Amino acid sequence: MPGALQLLWLVPALPLAGFVANGLLALRRPPAPPAPPARRAVSIIGVGVLLAALALSVAIVLAFQRAGAAGPLVFPYWEWLPVGDLHVTVALELDQLSAVMLLVVTGVSSLIHLFSVGYMGEDPGYARYFAYLNLFVFFMLVLVLGASFPVMFVGWEGVGLCSYLLIGFWFNERINADAGKKAFLVNRIGDVGFLVAMLLIFAHMGSLDFQPVFAQAPKLLAPGGAAITAITLFLFLGCTGKSAQIPLYTWLPDAMQGPTPVSALIHAATMVTAGVYLVARCNVLYALAPVASAVVAGIGALTAFFAATIALKQWDIKRVLAYSTVSQLGYMFLGVGSGAYAAGIFHLVTHAFFKALLFLGSGSVIHALHRAYHATHSHEDAQDMRNMGGLARHLPWTSKLMWVATLALAGIPPFAGFFSKDAILSAAFSLGDVHPLWYVYWLLGLLAALLTAFYMTRLMLYTFHGPNRTGERESAHLHEGPWVMTGPLVVLGALSVAGGALNVPALFRGHAWLEHWLEPVTAVATRLRPAIEVPLGTEWTLVIAAVAVAALGIFAALRLLRPEELVPARLAPAERGFARLLWKKWYVDEIYDFLLVRPLVWLSREVLWKTIDLGLIDGAGVNGAARLSQVLGWVGSRLQTGQLGFYVVLFVGGVLAVLWTAVR
Amino acid sequence: MYARWVLTALLAWPAVAAAAILIAPPRWAKHLGFAASLIEFAISVPLWWTFVPSGGMQFVCDAPWIQVPLFETGAPWSIRYSVGVDGISLFMVLLTTLLVPLSVLGSYSYITTRERAYYALLLVLTSGMIGVFVALDLFLFYVMWEVMLIPMYFIIGVWGGENRLYAAIKFFIYTMFGSLLMLVAILVLVYLVGQRTGVFSFDYFHLMRNLGGLGPLAFWLFAAFFLAFAIKVPMFPFHTWLPDAHVEAPTAGSVILAGILLKMGTYGFLRFAMPFFPAVALAPPVATGVVVLSLVGILYGGLVAMVQPDFKKLIAYSSVAHLGFVMLGIWALTLQSVQGALLVMINHGISTGALFFLVGMIYERRHSRLIAAYGGIARVVPLFAAILTFVSLSSIGLPGTNGFVGEFLVLVGAFRTHPVAAGIAATGVIVAAAYLLWALQRVIFNPLDKPENEKLLDLTPRELAVLLPLVACIVWIGVYPKPILDRMEPAARQFIESVRPPGPTATALAP
Amino acid sequence: MLLGPSLGVSAVLFALGVAGVLLRRNAIVIFMCVELMLNAANLAFVALAQSLGVAGQIFVFFVMAVAAAEAAVGLAIILAIYRHKQTVDLQNINLLKG
Repeated sequence: MPGALQLLWLVPALPLAGFVANGLLALRRPPAPPAPPARRAVSIIGVGVLLAALALSVAIVLAFQRAGAAGPLVFPYWEWLPVGDLHVTVALELDQLSAVMLLVVTGVSSLIHLFSVGYMGEDPGYARYFAYLNLFVFFMLVLVLGASFPVMFVGWEGVGLCSYLLIGFWFNERINADAGKKAFLVNRIGDVGFLVAMLLIFAHMGSLDFQPVFAQAPKLLAPGGAAITAITLFLFLGCTGKSAQIPLYTWLPDAMQGPTPVSALIHAATMVTAGVYLVARCNVLYALAPVASAVVAGIGALTAFFAATIALKQWDIKRVLAYSTVSQLGYMFLGVGSGAYAAGIFHLVTHAFFKALLFLGSGSVIHALHRAYHATHSHEDAQDMRNMGGLARHLPWTSKLMWVATLALAGIPPFAGFFSKDAILSAAFSLGDVHPLWYVYWLLGLLAALLTAFYMTRLMLYTFHGPNRTGERESAHLHEGPWVMTGPLVVLGALSVAGGALNVPALFRGHAWLEHWLEPVTAVATRLRPAIEVPLGTEWTLVIAAVAVAALGIFAALRLLRPEELVPARLAPAERGFARLLWKKWYVDEIYDFLLVRPLVWLSREVLWKTIDLGLIDGAGVNGAARLSQVLGWVGSRLQTGQLGFYVVLFVGGVLAVLWTAVR
Repeated sequence: MYARWVLTALLAWPAVAAAAILIAPPRWAKHLGFAASLIEFAISVPLWWTFVPSGGMQFVCDAPWIQVPLFETGAPWSIRYSVGVDGISLFMVLLTTLLVPLSVLGSYSYITTRERAYYALLLVLTSGMIGVFVALDLFLFYVMWEVMLIPMYFIIGVWGGENRLYAAIKFFIYTMFGSLLMLVAILVLVYLVGQRTGVFSFDYFHLMRNLGGLGPLAFWLFAAFFLAFAIKVPMFPFHTWLPDAHVEAPTAGSVILAGILLKMGTYGFLRFAMPFFPAVALAPPVATGVVVLSLVGILYGGLVAMVQPDFKKLIAYSSVAHLGFVMLGIWALTLQSVQGALLVMINHGISTGALFFLVGMIYERRHSRLIAAYGGIARVVPLFAAILTFVSLSSIGLPGTNGFVGEFLVLVGAFRTHPVAAGIAATGVIVAAAYLLWALQRVIFNPLDKPENEKLLDLTPRELAVLLPLVACIVWIGVYPKPILDRMEPAARQFIESVRPPGPTATALAP
Repeated sequence: MLLGPSLGVSAVLFALGVAGVLLRRNAIVIFMCVELMLNAANLAFVALAQSLGVAGQIFVFFVMAVAAAEAAVGLAIILAIYRHKQTVDLQNINLLKG
């Protein structure tokens, strides 16, 4: 085996070392604003380990390709939980799927680390920020490289932890701390699904390692049976938490409270796609469970549409992108649920490029606005699109690159998103022969594409075009960030344009490289559940429909929206009617709060604690017993007069009574 | 030499040291206490290497103690001084000897009055706790059970918070209530076995060998043991002494109470109640009842913890939830679940101990345990915040920390025999995250809006010395628990076999 | 020899003692009455020792020793009470009242 492959452990170990080093720097006393040398040390460590990990990953993947191994390579390190017949080993696994993820994670992370050097440059928590970011990359790599469910779960919960820490990075504001906590808790609900799925898998298959489980699943579990359906549905519950699908998506928009590079890395490009990765990883299990697959695709399609409607009416630039992410993740689930695992992963990859670009671009915008408001000591909202407008003049690079990403996201050929989105939609449509429900899914996906094109054009129009609404004095301070910020944007822009080349389908005379690359991973699933070929004519119709819908969305937005009529956020009137419903996100948060959170807290506080615990058990039971003995004691104490004579009389009476009975 | 005397030395040394502290000058008290407890720890450390996992009961020391003829029959009562450890008690002993020096060190600035008495009592308590875990004679066990009760009563009652007398008396009477019933049960047991065999012995193995066929009486004997241990664990609904005792006790008292005293209950189930009366313990109504009570403990403890305004009370209720996992693991009776339960016992001692230390440290600075008194202090005390966050994460069972390893094993094992119960218990991890993260947010995050908190001092080197060993254990057990699992596996296996004789059902998968 | 009269005197002394304890209020007097009862018992022991063996006489020594100890402790207590309350009238001393 080539030497580079043996260094696989080093890929996650590097960011971990970065975390330790930066963490110690962050805890150094005094925690006052760090001096430039310390800052430079943090940047070098934080970005350096990532670049090293990226270089190593590229070497490893090349070596892997050259080795041409048929099966996955498993590298066991040490026994973690050896108990009876349970054998969990800390092991990493490299196969075609994890190789793709490895490159995406290290690549996008490196760019975003670099961007952060500029974006977070003046933050007092600079070292802490990079420590968390490094830790996140470590856990993400464990997630994609883990060779068993428990090891993957370490990464799974670990990325959730980092997400929690980074969302609440500016923890002294309640809203940030709230958002972080919400993210962690909602994720935890999903994680219980993952946990229960692991319990089921172990009970039925006696192992938790990927290879034996996937090899034996077709033999041990009846296709479509209750066991496999339960396993896959519980796994998917985990995915809905981590990947923000209905009903657990509500944490992701709130997660935008974190620094913008974090939103780009964690809440767009990598962590939230973990659920898609999990389904693709367990493709054998899902291929055995058609009902669960249909649920995955259905939830995905519904989320794609539902989140897109909310994105229509958001004013916060990052919230639009957040709902867009939720919606695009829905697409990916529609893909993997339809059995098009390669298409789902393909969309994951291209989405990582253009959504990271969009977030970083918005970060660039926010950075510029923030500096402008800072310069004039104004307290306006730097993320509200009503305070933007006409920024294309001040931020030309950002504007152009974000247009590229917008077109990619909308699915306009030949940008990356077009190919991946089209592959998913045609996969869903092709299943319409099996059950007409899939046509509904396809239609939802198509509608979501229409809305996507609309809200993205809206975002671009309001942000970069029309008159500027930032303010008279402020607009003088608006300008592009340093090269460390624009550089990554350019790279991501190039990838958004060219990313589609990874998997150009045969329809366009391509070789579908990614699909072939992933074939060893999906082979069993494809055998269990062969893809349905769609006639060429239908396929062209689908492509044209998708492009037409996207073009229609863009055109409608250009025609209907009037950026020149907008007023700055502080002057804007409240939304009314249906727009208000969308702006308030269909009141889902309020409904959850009213139906779940408040009743549970009320139940805990008023019923369980105050009534049962303090009242019933402690009050009536324990202290009741104490009071009973007190009462009995009081009755007895009435006999104690304290008069010695009385005691003696009793005593003598007693003696006489004893004597009397004895003598008699 | 070491093997024969180590347990006796562990038992006797703290008592001797306690006497020395009482006559030494008061200003030396804490240093003497720390030195003595460190020596105790040093004595216990070689146990780790010399222990032979497959060796059953080891380091046995056995000598006659009290032998008087019984009045009617003339047969001798045999009460022996008999001690030993196996894979179950080994870790309880090591946990005790680890937590005591840290508790002493953690009390340095907290305890300012009657120092000699305090440190002497802490050491006597150590003797009692070690005694409970190593006793192989039921009389000795009972004596040690009570020996540990009295120092704890004084530690809470003298050095506790405002409501300390109430808490101390409640703790004492509650525990006494159970333990007296247990004493009756022990006497009846010895008498019945003695009548049958002609040997009136309190010896553990003698009783184990000759316990068959007690008939309906077995249920009542089990009930008496159950009550004593369930109060100590504490299981819902016998838990209400715990929040009061925890809240009022000084830091070291809370640490030892949560870290070790609670484990005596579950240890009692593992060592005595279940092996003595397997038929009763596994009878469907009893087993179902215990599993249901464990689940109630997990969810109820978590939900009630969520709404506590007092941080210490929150941790106290979280103990109810954690110990629910232990009880579930013990009763599920699979290798994974029993080893998981043992690990949760260790982990809870480490994580909850560290949490109590942390709360105690911040209490020393601000004199408030109320969560609402804080907010945003991560900015002024970053080191404290970092360690509190880390320990909280271990307590909510984040993978990679010790908490996950234990809970995961309990769930995996329990799922085989009680799938529904394991599924319900798994939701306990959501509740755990809810109460601890909410508390964490209100203490170290959120706006720094109280002027009193702006001048808080971060952890001192002494406090770091208390916490870092625990943090190291959290990482170690979370990442590489194999050495521990290897050492406890034969004992766990033997426990399961003693409760459920080996047969096809013991290893087969659940339907 | 003189067994009957001796026991009779003992019984009378004992009755006197009981009556004194029951009827008097002064702690000192009550205390003396208790001593009277003890000595009544002593007399009975000595009288019966003639016929029942020497053990009774040995017991008398014990009783005397106890009485002496009791006198010492009891008088000290009464003195302490007097210092505290300026009276030894038992009507006014009811610390045992529940």
